[in-house]
Amino acid sequence: MDRQDRDILNLIQTGFPIAAQPYRVIGEKVGISEKEAFERVTKLKSADVIRRIGATFDSRKLHFKSTLCSAKVPAEKLEEVASIVSTYPEVTHNYERNHQYNLWFTVIAESAERIEEILAEVCEKGGIPEVRNMPATQMFKIKVNFKFKDKKDES
Amino acid sequence: MNPEINDIDKQVMRFLQDNIPSTIRPYQDIAEQVGLTEDEIIEKIASYKEKGWIRRYGATLRHQNAGFKANGMGIWQVPDVEDRKRLGPIMAEFDEVSHAYERPSFEDWPYHLFTMIHGESKAEVEEIAKKISEKTGVKEYKVLYSTREFKKSSMRYFGS
Repeated sequence: MDRQDRDILNLIQTGFPIAAQPYRVIGEKVGISEKEAFERVTKLKSADVIRRIGATFDSRKLHFKSTLCSAKVPAEKLEEVASIVSTYPEVTHNYERNHQYNLWFTVIAESAERIEEILAEVCEKGGIPEVRNMPATQMFKIKVNFKFKDKKDES
Repeated sequence: MNPEINDIDKQVMRFLQDNIPSTIRPYQDIAEQVGLTEDEIIEKIASYKEKGWIRRYGATLRHQNAGFKANGMGIWQVPDVEDRKRLGPIMAEFDEVSHAYERPSFEDWPYHLFTMIHGESKAEVEEIAKKISEKTGVKEYKVLYSTREFKKSSMRYFGS
């Protein structure tokens, strides 16, 4: 990754241009041609530095509900329960964490009832007594952009 | 689903929910498939942003590959509701904190505030958590790390 790649990343993670020729806009800001901007972005995608280019929706503005859930799962059952949880398209993130509450996942669905339904199914199918539902009661920050520090080029 | 969102909007947003077409004129490509003009697609996407349906429009990076190797979930004991209102925004001010929320607590889970903290290493994440603790005066806290990732995806609000 060289300086121009970093400039591109800083630019397009804040906002990908909404214009007929988005790569021309990127190129103009970074000081390269439309074609080179397109090629660099394509390369960063195939190198998996860019996971995706698209929209992040505001679940609340779309009238969806979201929550963070946790469960205490015996170690020998963790993998099985985790894979049950992961089958739901409404579950976007699912992790093991270093705590007695060892399974953590997020659920986004059209209603709180649908979330409760999913959690009840997970308990039943996974054979666990409880999944804790912890929807945010206050939101102080949601940020998904990180600024790339200008360190030594490593191309 | 927000009743203001019509079928055309859903069709367009389906193209935006994971990857826009990997072509040099992505909006032209979407336009052809939806049966609108490129300008109409551009106007629609801009309006979704304006209405706040789209919170962010751009590239999502795989942080592990881009220098953000560690992230931890800071959990903080702040039993007083007024303290939470005051301290939540202070935690949110840290650049390394991407998400800060208040969530319900339980008898065996006495934590009230949650912060996702990002750093180049676990040691750096711990260091940031310590700084947050010093700045807010919250001494009872932990940082939980993901020891295994079972799933990480973006939500498909508009079907496949």
